[in-house]
Amino acid sequence: MESVEYSPNTPLEYQSETGRLNILGFWIFLGAEIALFSTLFATYLVLVGRTAGGPGPEELFEISGVLIETFLLLTSSFTCGLAIHYMRNHSLKGVFLWIGVTLALGLGFLGFEIYEFVHYIHEGAALTTSAYWSGFFVLVGTHGAHVTMGIAWISLILIQLKQRGLTPDTTRKVFISSLYWHFLDVVWIFIFTAVYLYGMVM
Amino acid sequence: MSNNEQTNSHSHFPWSHLIGFGLSIVLTLLALWVGFASDFSFRTIMIIVVILALIQAAIQLLMFMHITESDSSRIQVGTILYAVFIAVAIVAGTIWVMSFGMHNMNM
Repeated sequence: MESVEYSPNTPLEYQSETGRLNILGFWIFLGAEIALFSTLFATYLVLVGRTAGGPGPEELFEISGVLIETFLLLTSSFTCGLAIHYMRNHSLKGVFLWIGVTLALGLGFLGFEIYEFVHYIHEGAALTTSAYWSGFFVLVGTHGAHVTMGIAWISLILIQLKQRGLTPDTTRKVFISSLYWHFLDVVWIFIFTAVYLYGMVM
Repeated sequence: MSNNEQTNSHSHFPWSHLIGFGLSIVLTLLALWVGFASDFSFRTIMIIVVILALIQAAIQLLMFMHITESDSSRIQVGTILYAVFIAVAIVAGTIWVMSFGMHNMNM
């Protein structure tokens, strides 16, 4: 019943009804994710200053570490976009190369973030230290958990891509996971602004 | 199929990604400069950096995520705009409501 002819230019992931609906469904999921993160941002911003006599962000935040994390994630978002570009040129090699770079940058980001968290805890600012640090670790930690989840998910898709090559099914999965990855960078832009810049300028 | 439009440029160099990447870097550095090297008041700084963040988010959505490329682009854009409205209502509303009775806090 699906007899629509596709122009050869139509990307594989859009060539089936399922593919199109899955992509649309994922955008709706991202809308829900925006709502989820907004509640965490609201909680964090309300708790700014409630350090209960413990250390505050201005003492612990360091611009160099934050900038490294920001540029790692920003660059990974760019390389993830390149992977989709090569996927639409039917270059499986290009997809593997750029997704590989994306995952490596993502792991680098996670490494710096874990280092940062351990450093704060070492300096006496843990999840249970004060309302402020609870808000901080829940907001930034939820983003970090999303990145971890994204790396695991995309790694599994790479295995399937290796086995099956570029099909409407696999390209759809790569494309949807790329939307997820870009979205994580969007959330980070706001963490960079509302948590780190705000905390350091204050 | 309207999703053919942007696919025509496929075999070419990915300029839109490169431009988006460059703009994101510039916007990040600009936010840093406004935050640490400018003489604006705290309030002005926060307004400017939030606007810069919103522009950068729009660049991601348009140039990296191609939110407008598919047949259901209007639903996608509508969903995201609605989610942004919800986010602004939650964040601004919470800060506003919680600000009552907090005058003696040194915020």
